[in-house]
Amino acid sequence: MNIRVIPRLDIKGPNLVKGIHLEGLRVLGKPEAFARYYFETGADELFYQDVVASLYDRNSLKEVVSRTAREIFIPMTVGGGLRNTDDIKEILRAGADKVSLNTAAIRNPQLVREASRMFGSSTIVVAIEAIRESDGRYLAFTDNGRETTGLEVLEWAQRAEELGAGEIILTSVDRDGTGEGFDIELIKMVANAVSIPVIAHGGAGSIEHIISVIKQGNANAVALASCLHYKAINRIDILDNYAAEGNTEFLKNKNLARNIGTYDLAEVKWHMTKSGISCRSEIGVANERRA
Amino acid sequence: MNVEPEGKKVAIIDFQMGNLFSVLHACKHVGLEPVITSSAKEIMNADGVILPGVGAFGDAISNIRKLGLDTAIKDYLSSGRPFMGICLGLQILFTESEEFGSFKGLDIIAGCVKKIPQWTSDGRQIKVPQIGWNNIQPTNAEQWRNSPLRGISHGEYMYFVHSFFVQPDDSKIVLSVTDYEGINYCSGIIKHNLFACQFHPEKSAREGLKIYSNWASMIQNNQESR
Repeated sequence: MNIRVIPRLDIKGPNLVKGIHLEGLRVLGKPEAFARYYFETGADELFYQDVVASLYDRNSLKEVVSRTAREIFIPMTVGGGLRNTDDIKEILRAGADKVSLNTAAIRNPQLVREASRMFGSSTIVVAIEAIRESDGRYLAFTDNGRETTGLEVLEWAQRAEELGAGEIILTSVDRDGTGEGFDIELIKMVANAVSIPVIAHGGAGSIEHIISVIKQGNANAVALASCLHYKAINRIDILDNYAAEGNTEFLKNKNLARNIGTYDLAEVKWHMTKSGISCRSEIGVANERRA
Repeated sequence: MNVEPEGKKVAIIDFQMGNLFSVLHACKHVGLEPVITSSAKEIMNADGVILPGVGAFGDAISNIRKLGLDTAIKDYLSSGRPFMGICLGLQILFTESEEFGSFKGLDIIAGCVKKIPQWTSDGRQIKVPQIGWNNIQPTNAEQWRNSPLRGISHGEYMYFVHSFFVQPDDSKIVLSVTDYEGINYCSGIIKHNLFACQFHPEKSAREGLKIYSNWASMIQNNQESR
């Protein structure tokens, strides 16, 4: 199996943002500019998450999605604030290829069943935000790790598969934005217990972290944010066209997290290949560079 | 040969399932004039027809029948004009599928649609659906050269999302094969004016768009030879 490398773009209003533990959002720039850059440098997919949608029950991502879909020809998964099959239909028609469900799926698990029947299992991604409790159990949260559900992560992941989800994106809220490494124990526990692909998310701060969550954690894909964004930000002309929402001071100073290694997609894939992990690299990326 | 597909009308068949937007944009990107439609008349008048597909086989086929599109698709195919089936749009051309029970397909291509097994022959678990990039290999280099895959490297990466794969009875129509966890399956077929693939060219970056552009040239050539 070819392991996918997926830039994850957290969106707030018109901006790409990144927080720590899914909180304290900093504005990085226009999502479309990052999306284009990642497409051109060999991203396997893109993952858009509207990080405020489910708090305000709004769906602001649609415009960003439809603009991106015109110029980017790789799969796009979109999550945040999707409550029912009508919302899903609308975002698919805007250009998303897959949708990611968290809050709505937990509130109404039958939505996963209904949506996977209607749109195909492979269109439905269940997003699980996991927090490790002091007793070592992992619990699923909603609303960017703010609301507890009381559900055990493993149990919910297995249930999601049974309901027809095609894929799981598993976020370690504890590690998100920290650069401390993926929670390998968490990823492995779920990846080994379900037969659908698992995307590991939260904590990547070095190439070693990425390699080990694939080799030891059995992840089928990795979602990367900070470690790609903080490199891309220096390659994209963004400073003159960002909108003011959230904390933009750090953007001007480019005062980036020091413990997070920053990489291009090509570097990530080169290291993966060198470590014996198969991924889309040589032919596809080489041809894209040639074009 | 300088091909300009401008103004060629392409009907993207809407059977009320899945994502047609990325197919629409890929068509526009290569200079075609796509419309999303479920009108039999519009399908019959198109210069090219695409049957896309994300969704479940059973719902898809029942929607197609409800909308009367099964006849339209068959009539269009017999006109000899270019047709492209994608993913589920490949699978529903077959005789039958075992997705969520057993369903009869359009039976345009003799063969069946099977579920990707959960285990390899040596007992390793297989992740299903297959989601991601995989290589397409030719079965016959000449057939490849004369198909919409012309100019695509043998072994190129394409984007796949599927839990089922097709098994045509006639091996001569197999245009490309793909290996997933030891299962070698048919990932593309070609039969006269009918081209269909399991992967999504519209999501397969620049190489995928090249397939759209080749297909657009086929529409052009088809009209010139009339």
